[in-house]
Amino acid sequence: MSSRDTILQRLRNRSGGELVIPDCDFSVLQRPLSSVAERIDQFEKTIESVHGEVHRCTRESWIARLAGILSCRGARNLLVPAAHQIGRALRDSGRDDLPELLIYDEPIGSWQPHLFNEVDASITSTRGGIAETGSLILWPTPDEPRLMSLVPPIHIAVLEASGLYSTFHEAMHEQNWASGMPTNALLVSGPSKTADIEQTLAYGVHGPKELIVLVVE
Amino acid sequence: MNQSTAEDPHHIDVKEFHSRARAAIANPKIRQNFRKAMDGLITKRKDAFEGWDLEALRDLGANVRLRALANLPDLLEQLETKLTANGIKVHWAIDGDEACRIVRNICVARNAKTVIKGKSMVSEEMELNHYLEERGIEALESDLGEYIVQLAGETPSHIIMPAIHKNTGEISELMHEKTGTDLSNDVEYLTASARLQLREKFMNADVGVTGVNFAVAETGTLCLVENEGNGRMTTTVPPCHIAVTGIEKVVGNLEDVVPLLALLTRSATGQHITTYFNMISSPRKPGELDGPEEVHLVLVDNGRSSIYQDDELLDTLRCIRCGACMNHCPVYTRVGGHTYGTTYPGPIGKILMPHLIGLDEGRHLPTASSLCGACGEVCPVKIPIPDLLVRLRQESVDGDKLNPAKIRGHGAKRGTVEAMIWKGWSWMHARPGVYRFGTAIAARLRKLQPRQLGGWTKYRTAPKLAAKTLHERMKERGQ
Repeated sequence: MSSRDTILQRLRNRSGGELVIPDCDFSVLQRPLSSVAERIDQFEKTIESVHGEVHRCTRESWIARLAGILSCRGARNLLVPAAHQIGRALRDSGRDDLPELLIYDEPIGSWQPHLFNEVDASITSTRGGIAETGSLILWPTPDEPRLMSLVPPIHIAVLEASGLYSTFHEAMHEQNWASGMPTNALLVSGPSKTADIEQTLAYGVHGPKELIVLVVE
Repeated sequence: MNQSTAEDPHHIDVKEFHSRARAAIANPKIRQNFRKAMDGLITKRKDAFEGWDLEALRDLGANVRLRALANLPDLLEQLETKLTANGIKVHWAIDGDEACRIVRNICVARNAKTVIKGKSMVSEEMELNHYLEERGIEALESDLGEYIVQLAGETPSHIIMPAIHKNTGEISELMHEKTGTDLSNDVEYLTASARLQLREKFMNADVGVTGVNFAVAETGTLCLVENEGNGRMTTTVPPCHIAVTGIEKVVGNLEDVVPLLALLTRSATGQHITTYFNMISSPRKPGELDGPEEVHLVLVDNGRSSIYQDDELLDTLRCIRCGACMNHCPVYTRVGGHTYGTTYPGPIGKILMPHLIGLDEGRHLPTASSLCGACGEVCPVKIPIPDLLVRLRQESVDGDKLNPAKIRGHGAKRGTVEAMIWKGWSWMHARPGVYRFGTAIAARLRKLQPRQLGGWTKYRTAPKLAAKTLHERMKERGQ
């Protein structure tokens, strides 16, 4: 008999009594209704407590804000989505204070060392955010691949304020995740960090050192 | 000397708990390192649950886990069906050796020479690194704590913070000696050096191996909880990802991960959430530009289906590996993680390891506890750890043939003399005349009572029998 069948048979023929299936009351996860402004405040407070940075801007002001953020960090380039309106808006902005714009339009194998060693910053969209835990929801796509939000030392995420949910539970239900999950889905709540050396926090151990969120109101 | 370098971590005699405990207690460095860390974690956990109805949340966590266990075989089949449909290949392993062979065979089929690893306690349980390296495949840990422990040739001393037994100075010396970094107490410098070293390894690794925190049957999704991003790197950069996990990690619905995640990160490190919650449901699809082309899941039994047989011991399988029980354990805090000599140390280790290694080998584990109850009180899924410790103590001395052995090594600690003493004791207590006669004699012979009672009187004075029995005194008072 295969190991699979042996294990399943042992589990099915268990010697103990009938196992009772308990009721699961998820109401403890519910939060009172909140306004968009309250959710932004909570999101900002929570993500800043873990070293994330939040900039509130508008549809008109975000590119100027982004240019300022990148220039004061001396970023030489910015990886932008090829098709998403964020990438299009940046390419069409005609600004000369933005660094060189790069796009991720080839399989990773062809340019991995370049992505790992030469790219200073990236910008991606988000699928929403979670106020309670200060989290960004990312579902990477061919336009915004998985490594885009992970490898460059600075990750900038654009979050529409209207896409902020109170809790993870609410976000999952409103967006009906159970009906089908993508290749990879992520909650990102701050820059990469570790406390493995004597519990001292250090950022950017493997992923981005900085996470900057542009909240577009 | 460091406690852990004294023994080869792959050949530790678990039975030698007492000598290791004595050495650890006498080592102020170990006690300081653990005490500082555990005190901090206790406070952080408390703060993180501020404003929550913690009891209701723990009830939900426990019920979600119980519901999954009640449906375990069905959920495992559903998980397999879903994952397979998603393009993830599922493997089953009866024990650690079989799981190691499966991982190696996948590596061999791909002609893989280097494996990069994310944190996985099940792979520690399997001793996967050791197995692969003996067969010419390099296995490198990428979680910073695990990386440090691997450089030192040790095993983790805590399931969440593997290198908690070392302070910055010790880590700096170790990295200097093994990797040529400068000696420095600057944690940022040490972390940045590790980043550089490991980035090269990620790019060149043939296979990535990780654990799984929750496997969702409904959607066929593997969830990983982490802060560093090494888990994301390991599951995205190498062309092949192998996840290994215990069969108990499956949950029914995607929604079930919400309370478990909320409990896990707050209980473990006092975080509202970790930096990354990584949900993987398929290999790279056509048109996608990164991610592994092959994803495997190895479901490991290794004793779990035996635990599953017993209605009481089954609760052990609810565990979500947060480590809160060790953070709050007065014994763990004093002796440190290596003293146990087991993959899982602390209270959860004391109730889990006897199933994996038998009560003979693990005979001292259930008794390495004062039964203070702290572990049961903080457990996010309400595992009655103290009750299970008592149950295992009973199993280890039980000689009742009518009570069939549930655990390997059942009755291993039973001694003829002790058994006879207790038999006599119960015989006497069931017979009032004999009891009165016996206690009266004992009171008369109290001068002959020994002053030394083994380990008990090492730090205490021996209790002294009263001159008159309680019955006699009550009689004198005319009652």
